[in-house]
Amino acid sequence: MKISVVKDILEANDRIARQNRELFDEKGVTVFNLMSSPGAGKTSLLEKTIEAVQGKIRLGVIEGDIQSSQDAERIARFGIPVVQINTGGACHLDGNMIRDTFEEFDFDELDLLVVENVGNLVCPAEFQVGEDFKAMILSVTEGEDKPAKYPLMFHESRVLLINKIDLVPYVDCDVEKIREEALKVNPHLTIFDISCKTGEGLDAWCEWLVETVRKRKSA
Amino acid sequence: MHEMSIAQSLVDILKEEMARHNVHRLRSVKLHVGQLSAIVPESLSFCFNVIVSGTELEGARLDMEIIPLKAFCQDCRENFEVENYTFVCPLCQGTNIRTEAGQDLSIVEMEVD
Repeated sequence: MKISVVKDILEANDRIARQNRELFDEKGVTVFNLMSSPGAGKTSLLEKTIEAVQGKIRLGVIEGDIQSSQDAERIARFGIPVVQINTGGACHLDGNMIRDTFEEFDFDELDLLVVENVGNLVCPAEFQVGEDFKAMILSVTEGEDKPAKYPLMFHESRVLLINKIDLVPYVDCDVEKIREEALKVNPHLTIFDISCKTGEGLDAWCEWLVETVRKRKSA
Repeated sequence: MHEMSIAQSLVDILKEEMARHNVHRLRSVKLHVGQLSAIVPESLSFCFNVIVSGTELEGARLDMEIIPLKAFCQDCRENFEVENYTFVCPLCQGTNIRTEAGQDLSIVEMEVD
């Protein structure tokens, strides 16, 4: 006997993500899901961003890693709420893991929640957590072929931060080519060239972020 | 390797559906795997077999059909197949594109006894 089903396999996760989103909407909290391969600079970007926007908006951070609390410790130095999730092997965060952190946050006291996903260019793109948008980092040392090789993440992201731009003279990387390839996969990407090391380009990113958070708050 | 989480969700849905239809043996299940979804079919099969081993679902076959990426240009109303993951209309070069197929991961049919 054949039974026709037609069910999205990720529906269970999407449903939890939608519930998370309802809470964020109710509280007027902007949430973005930060993704990249390991070592591209997610935590460094967060440190620089917190320094620049603290005082303008109130931030909280969820740190996702397979193991260790080193990233949460780096963020806790800024005196903002941070929760570390250790996935214990899983390569991505999902809606349920995010929901489990809720009692650690007072969302009435937050404007922005950043979810730093597990370092991985593939899996995190497949799982919604209830975010307003996804932002991804590609560092210039990774090469310009990445949008073509990992199209889903580029396609799902609203923002692409091209990090370690200060290293361009030393590596075989054509930044214009990265932009071109990324825009093929997602013509609507907002792209920032940045260096967390020198600070180049971070002003533009932080201004965009503060503006986005404020717009959502007043919407 | 997120195929394990996906295989687990798949098994949860299959068990639910089998209970709903009051059937006990699953012969096969047909999936549509969108070209844009980051799933490796072999890896999903492997994880599925690991999860169902020793359960009532053991021995069920996973049939996966890869669904090509199709899109619709909302400017010139052209339907087209997305090649090389390039989301630009081949006719008018517009980027006001709506993805019509090839992004989802879904169960479409179960064969049961």
